[in-house]
Amino acid sequence: MPMPTAQRGFPRPSSLKVVPGTEGAQAAYPYYMQFTDGDDSRFWFYNSMHFPEPMSAFDMVTAEAAYCALGAANTRVHCLPTTLGIDYRILNGRVYIGGNAVTDPAEIARRTEEFKQRAFYYYENWERLYAQWREKMLALIREARQLPKVDLPEFEPLEHVRAGRGIASNHYLLETYQKTLEGYFRMWHHHFEFLLLGYGAYMTFFAFCKKAFPEISDQTVARMVAGMDAEIFRPDEEVRRLARCAVDLGVQGQFTEGRSAAEIMASLEGAGVPGRRWLDELATSRDPWFNINVGDGFYHYHRSWNDDLSMPFAGIPGYIRLIQAGESLERPVEKLQAERRQLISDYRELLRTDEERGAYDQMITLAHRVFPYVEGHKFYCEHWYTNLFFNKIREFGALLAQHGFFAQTEDVFQLTHFELESAIVDLMTSWSTGSPARGPQHWPAKVAERRAAIKEWARHETAPALGPVPDIIDDPAIVMLWGITRESLDAWLAAEDGNVSHEIRGFAASSGVVEGPACVVRSVEEISRLKPGDILVCQVTNPTWAPIFQKIAGAVSDIGGSMSHAAIVAREYGLPAVVGTGSATSRIKDGQRIRVDGGRGVVTILQ
Amino acid sequence: MASGGIIGWFETLGLGDRAEVGGKGGSLGELTRAGIAVPPGFVVKTAAFEEFMRALESVTPVRARVAALRAGALAAIQECSNELRSRVLATELPPGMMTELTAAHATLCERVGARDVAVRSSATTEDASDASFAGLQDTFLWVGDAAATLDRVRACWASLYSVESISYRRDRNIAEDDVAMAVVVQSMVDARAAGVMFTRSPTSGDVSVVTIEGAWGLGSAVVGGEVTPDRWVMGKITGEISVREISDKHIEHRRASGGGIEAVAVPEERRRSPCLSDAELGELRQIARRVERHYGCAQDIEWAIDAHGALRLLQSRPETVWSAKDAQPAARVAADPLSHVMSIFGGRR
Repeated sequence: MPMPTAQRGFPRPSSLKVVPGTEGAQAAYPYYMQFTDGDDSRFWFYNSMHFPEPMSAFDMVTAEAAYCALGAANTRVHCLPTTLGIDYRILNGRVYIGGNAVTDPAEIARRTEEFKQRAFYYYENWERLYAQWREKMLALIREARQLPKVDLPEFEPLEHVRAGRGIASNHYLLETYQKTLEGYFRMWHHHFEFLLLGYGAYMTFFAFCKKAFPEISDQTVARMVAGMDAEIFRPDEEVRRLARCAVDLGVQGQFTEGRSAAEIMASLEGAGVPGRRWLDELATSRDPWFNINVGDGFYHYHRSWNDDLSMPFAGIPGYIRLIQAGESLERPVEKLQAERRQLISDYRELLRTDEERGAYDQMITLAHRVFPYVEGHKFYCEHWYTNLFFNKIREFGALLAQHGFFAQTEDVFQLTHFELESAIVDLMTSWSTGSPARGPQHWPAKVAERRAAIKEWARHETAPALGPVPDIIDDPAIVMLWGITRESLDAWLAAEDGNVSHEIRGFAASSGVVEGPACVVRSVEEISRLKPGDILVCQVTNPTWAPIFQKIAGAVSDIGGSMSHAAIVAREYGLPAVVGTGSATSRIKDGQRIRVDGGRGVVTILQ
Repeated sequence: MASGGIIGWFETLGLGDRAEVGGKGGSLGELTRAGIAVPPGFVVKTAAFEEFMRALESVTPVRARVAALRAGALAAIQECSNELRSRVLATELPPGMMTELTAAHATLCERVGARDVAVRSSATTEDASDASFAGLQDTFLWVGDAAATLDRVRACWASLYSVESISYRRDRNIAEDDVAMAVVVQSMVDARAAGVMFTRSPTSGDVSVVTIEGAWGLGSAVVGGEVTPDRWVMGKITGEISVREISDKHIEHRRASGGGIEAVAVPEERRRSPCLSDAELGELRQIARRVERHYGCAQDIEWAIDAHGALRLLQSRPETVWSAKDAQPAARVAADPLSHVMSIFGGRR
C-alpha cells in the first residue's frame, strides 16, 4: 500500500536483514562499515554506479580509501559550503552511501568564506597545479612499480648478509604491504584533489545552458566541453593503431575471430620479421595504455588489458575489416575541434544579451580549463595505479597460497586489508620461528564461506535506497557524481510501488534511435555473449568496453550521467545510448526486444 | 489609386508593405525576396478592397454600421454579419479590377504551368503580428480557374464581416477604418504533408530548438486541429532529434474532385508512419534557421512538402508569446568569473 507522499521513504536500514547463512561473511567487514540503529533516520542509496556487484572483503578498500579522500577534500581541504563527506555502509556485500549535508546557514556562510579562498585558488592556478598533479601521480606510479617483488627465500641471500643489510626478508613483506596499502590510500587523495572542483565548474556551465536553453540535450553541453585528446580515448586508439600496423605489416590474416590472443601471438612470433615487429608495436601500446581495466577500478577481478589481452584483441579483427573497407580509423581531431568551436559560437549567438554572452564566455572558459583533469584522471587513478595495486596484492596472495594459507592466489581478496596484514604477520612469524603458520588452519574455511556468501548476495536484489527521502537534495557531490535528484528518487519510489511501464527513463547520453535484442550483462565476464546488433544493457559501462562498441547497436546502463565515460565513448561511436536508468538490468529481460532513444533518454520494452 | 496599383507580385513586396498587402502578403513577399522557396503568387492589395468598399458604402454604410455594434451583442452582430456578407458576395467587382485580376491569374498560371491556386485572406490590423486574428479569415484551397478565383477574393473580403471577425474587433475596440483586407493568390502546393514549425519551443520558450509538427496532406488539417500531427523537436544548431512523436493521423485534407478540399481517411499503413523523413526534417531546420536569421527574431512558420519532396513555406510570422515573456537573463557577467561556481557550490537554501 503506497503511503502518502509526505511520509514516503525507502525501507529503513534496520529492516534489511543479512541474507541467512551469510552472517559470518557480513561480520568480516569492519565494525565501522556496519549499519547501526542511528542510521535509520538518514537517507542512504545503493552506490551501484561504482559497486554494481557484491564486494569481497578486500575490495572494500576501494570504498574505504575513496571515501576517506573524498570526504577529506570536501570537508577539510576545499571546505564545500553545503556538504561534508560521504558516509558508507555495507550490507550483503552492497555498498550504501549517504551524504552529510551542512544545513545551518551560519555554518554554510563560514564554510563559504573558506571555500572561496581555497577552491578559487585552485581554479586560478589550475594548469600549474594540474601539471604538478600529473608529476605526483607519475611519481606515485613509479614508486609502486619499484616496490620489491614479494618473496620469502628459505635462507636470506648471501649478498644481503655480506652487505650487512641486517634486516631479514620477512620484515620487507610487512614494509611492502604497508607501502602498497599506503600508496593506494594516497592515490585516492590525488584523485579527489581536483575532482569536485572540476565537476563543479562543469556543472556550473551545464546549469547555465539548461537555464538559457531549457531543451538543450545533455550530450550537446558535453560536446561543447569535452576534450579531443583525453587519455581515456588512448587505449582504444592504440587498438586501432595495432589493427593498422597489422595491415601495414601484412600480418592481418592472423587476426581472425575466435582465435585467442595467445594463439595469435605465438604464430606472430613465428611469422618472421613482420610478426615480431607487430609484437614490438604491441609492447609499445601496452605500456602504459593497456593498463586499463575492464571495469571501473573497484573490483580485483576487473583485470587490465595487460593481464588479459582478450579484450583489446577482440577489437582488432573488426578494425581490420574497416581498414580493408577503406575507412580511416583516425579520429579527425582537428575537424572535431573545429566542430566544437562552431557549436560553442552557434549557441553563443542564440543568447539574447551581451550580459548573457559574457557570463557564457566566463563559464565555458572555466569548464574548458578544468576538463582535462575530469577526463584524464581516471586513467592514472582507477586504471593504471589500481592495476598495480591489485597485482601487488596478488603477489601476496601467491606467496600465502604457496605457504598453504589459501588454495589459490585469488583467495587473498576474501580477506579485509586488516586481515591480510595479520596473515602476513603470521607468515613472517612462522618464517622466523620455523614453526608452522596458523593461517592454513584459519583461512581456507573463511575464504570458502565468503565466496559462497558473495555468490548468494549476487542472487538477491537489493533496495536502491534506504531511509526517509530528503525534501531536497542539495549536496553537490551527490548530484554531480551520482546524478541523484529528488526527481530520480520519486521515480525509484514509483518503481517500488509497482507502477512500472514499458518505458524506462534515463539520461540522454548519445542520440539516435535503435531497436534490437537486449543483451543483459551483469558482470564483465559476460560481455563475450554480445552478438552484432545486440543492445548492451548493463549496470555500468566502462571506456575499456570501447572495442565492443563497434559491434553493438546501442547501450543502456543503470547508472551514469551524460558525462560518464560510457556516454563519451558512445558519442564517439555514434551509438544510441541511455545511461542512469536506475533499473534497466532488473526490468529488461535478456533477449527482449527494446528500443533505445538516445536523444530523449528513453528505453522502451517492445515485447 | 490607379487600378494598376491593385496587384503586387511577391518578388516586389516586403514586410514594409504590410499596410497595403496585409501580414501574410508581406511575409510571403519578404520570404520570396530572401530567397526562401515560396509558391509563387501575387497579392490583391488593400487598394482593391478599398475601391470595392467605396462602391458598397456609396449604397449604404458598412463600416459605420459595424462600428456602432456593441461588444457582445451577439444577435445584432449575427444580423449585421449576415447582411454585410451577402452584400459583399452579391456585388460584382468593378470591371477594371476584374480585368486586372484575371490577367494576373493568367500570368501566374502560365508561370507555374498549373491552374490551381490558393486564395488566402491577408488582413491588416494595428497589431500586424497578431496571429489569432489572422486565423479568423478564410482561406480557399484548390481554386480551379479565374472565375472561381475572383469569387474567392470576394469571399475573403466577406470573411472580414463574419460573426467571429466582427466580435473580435468589437471586443478589442479596433477601429473599423483601420481594418482592410488584402488577398493572396498563389499557386497551390500539392502537399504530400504539411504543417507548422516554431523556431522557439512553444512549451519552454527555448530558442535552441526547432519544433516541427506535420501531418499527411494539406496543412489545413493541422492548423484546424482536425488531426494530431507528428511532432519533432530538433536541436536548432545540432540537428539532434530529441522528441519524435509519431501520432495516429486518421484523416488528411486533400483536393476535392469539384475544387476545394475534403477530409479523407488515411489508409491504415500510412496512419502511424512519420510524414517526414529525417532528411526532410533536417532541410526544414535549415530553412527555419535562415528565416529566423532573416527576420532577426523567432518565427512561427507554415510549410508544405509535395510528392517530389520540394519544401515550400506558406507563411512566417513573429513568435509573440515567449518574446513578450523574456525577462531574466540566465546569468550576468560577473566581476569575478569564478563566482559563477557558487551557483553549484553555494547551495539552494
